[in-house]
Amino acid sequence: MRFAALAAIPLAASRVAHAQSTTDSVDAMVAKVTGGAPLKTGRVKLELPQLADNSNSVSLKVSVESPMTSTDYVKSIHLYAGKNPRPNIANFYLGPRAGRAQIATRIRLAATQRVLAVAALSDGSFYSGAADVAVTGAACYDGS
Amino acid sequence: MEIRIAIQHPMETGFRRDATGHEIPKNVINAFSCRYNGVEVFRAEMGSGIAANPYLDFYTIADASGELIFDWTDDSGQTGSERASIVVSG
Repeated sequence: MRFAALAAIPLAASRVAHAQSTTDSVDAMVAKVTGGAPLKTGRVKLELPQLADNSNSVSLKVSVESPMTSTDYVKSIHLYAGKNPRPNIANFYLGPRAGRAQIATRIRLAATQRVLAVAALSDGSFYSGAADVAVTGAACYDGS
Repeated sequence: MEIRIAIQHPMETGFRRDATGHEIPKNVINAFSCRYNGVEVFRAEMGSGIAANPYLDFYTIADASGELIFDWTDDSGQTGSERASIVVSG
């Protein structure tokens, strides 16, 4: 038991360091999308299970409050998981022809974390929404 | 109109190793698009954070009869395509 606990310490430490560096890179990735414009919270609803027991496939639904008219619509939606080895999960590009700014997919999560969605609107504004997911069996690192 | 598509693809992350310990190269569908009567209505850029056999569920306004064409490309350069006809009445 004691051996196991000792072995776990350096592993946990390295994962924390990795997570911090990728969280920084999420900020950089978001800044690239917004071009430095303010990121407001709200309008973006991100739905994920609170607990993911199969992190190789986690259902995700993102929707943005928007009339989706030719003058007021959502241009793109960007998804980030800061603790994944590659944080930018996906970018979706839509337009007024979508009628509804809502997308569902299935994602991988490497660890318990907050997932972030950023929406770019046609008027040049940016909104974000987030959801916390507890992961019990991590994807990406294991051999399965 | 809701469109749901699931594509059979391993979405290899590049982090896995095969039985002999060799790295399996990253190979994910990185680009997906949906055209409706020739006009792009939806496009996705995807990474290894999308689960294997990627599933996408999105919307478009059904304003005319015609054809939906779905195209995708993976990291190895392999492309795929699927089409669906739609009839809009009234």
